[in-house]
Amino acid sequence: MSKKRIVATTGNGAVAEAMRQINPDILSIYPITPQTAIVEGFSKFAANGLVDTECVTVESEHSSMSNCIGASAAGARVMTATSSQGLALMHEMLYIASGMRLPIAMFNVNRALSAPINIHCDHSDSMGARDTSWIQLYSEDAQEAYDNTIQAIRIAENRKVLLPVMVNMDGFIISHGIQKAEFIEDEKVKNFVGEREPFMPLLDIDNPVTYGPFDGLGGFFMEHKKNQADAMERAKSVILEVADEFAKISGRKYGFFEEYMLDDAEVAIVTLNSSAGTTRHVVDELRAKGVPVGLLKLRVFRPFPAEELVNALKHLKAVAVLDRALSFGSVGPLFSEVKATLFDLEVRPKVINFIYGLGGREYTLQDAKRAFDVLMDVAKTGKVKKTFDYLGLKEVEVLT
Amino acid sequence: MKDWQANKLMPGAIIPKSGTAREYKTGGWRSKAPKWNEEKCKQCLICWISCPEGAILVKDGKVRGIDMDYCKGCGICATECPFDVIKMVEG
Repeated sequence: MSKKRIVATTGNGAVAEAMRQINPDILSIYPITPQTAIVEGFSKFAANGLVDTECVTVESEHSSMSNCIGASAAGARVMTATSSQGLALMHEMLYIASGMRLPIAMFNVNRALSAPINIHCDHSDSMGARDTSWIQLYSEDAQEAYDNTIQAIRIAENRKVLLPVMVNMDGFIISHGIQKAEFIEDEKVKNFVGEREPFMPLLDIDNPVTYGPFDGLGGFFMEHKKNQADAMERAKSVILEVADEFAKISGRKYGFFEEYMLDDAEVAIVTLNSSAGTTRHVVDELRAKGVPVGLLKLRVFRPFPAEELVNALKHLKAVAVLDRALSFGSVGPLFSEVKATLFDLEVRPKVINFIYGLGGREYTLQDAKRAFDVLMDVAKTGKVKKTFDYLGLKEVEVLT
Repeated sequence: MKDWQANKLMPGAIIPKSGTAREYKTGGWRSKAPKWNEEKCKQCLICWISCPEGAILVKDGKVRGIDMDYCKGCGICATECPFDVIKMVEG
């Protein structure tokens, strides 16, 4: 019997450990920074005979996802990991994985997309894949990355869902930063994830089936897409069921989001991933001075928990949504959804957008304080001076 | 699943049977059709090897005709025929 272990680990180390405990049938391997250490760590487990997984080294991320699709359709439990340009190169295949309703679990370590060339954290990669019909979970730290990875398998393979899941954490800040994490006993994880019971697998040769058929003008393409959207909707209750069950083996409780000091707050920041830690620290500092601030850290971005978010945010006077990605020509992707979600309220909070941390730009305590200062001003005056702004921008001269 | 029909949707658009391409006749895609001259044919079977659709009908080792239900009119058979006995014509 293995024991519960409290360890010092990088985010990548924690994800590799979760994958070892899950022991998938197939792992597609293609290295890209800052994800590389996940597949490197897993390869060591495989080389040492600690897993039964067949590690498939491929020639690109497009091939990596193609391999996942084939293996998953065959009936295998399939995992992979990627980042940034790698996820972008997979883009075409992401739609095929979800359209064929294949429960692949992939870890994405959030990293900026070039140009200019940059290998550091932002969320442009996963936000670029937001419409691919992949469930998206976000993780603040190594612990959540580990916990989300284990839960991802169960969510994806649930018969009511059958959709691929992408788990995200911040590149370098979490993937390479050493943190405390608690690993569950091997047996408990093994029992929790169980065996995949594939739906109509290709390798069931007694019951041959056709995957990936043509469905044109006279067909039912649109109805299939609606089915996919319905499955996303059903994933909401499954995500919560899996979280409840996971709490029993881990003692850690998850939902769609974490609310911190939100009940009696007047203003709040909504954010994803590691910036929640910095923000929480500033919430504590400001609360000690009697400033009524709070935090909502979103864990589930797809499916988007609109109704639940409205209930959590509706009592606030002002909300700042932090986006580590930008839809050029528009606003931050998280902001536009949160704002749209709140629009139907008769009396609604003012909602503003801060773009922060692009290309790994540090999100400092001062940035969080500035955001809360702006929010408190909006709450006091009832007026928004700037709906859209940046945090941590350097003063430069731009030549045109 | 014997009573399966296209409007009974399976997750992922899976069709719960195999060999369904047979039911989808692609001959309608054709703009030009191969015309095969049986008398001049040397029965080398190069057209049969070359056809990507398997539309060259062969029985007892001899070409018997072209299956126009599935021939898309790509013209590969006409290009590959060393004896010029297949020609592409309108239709």
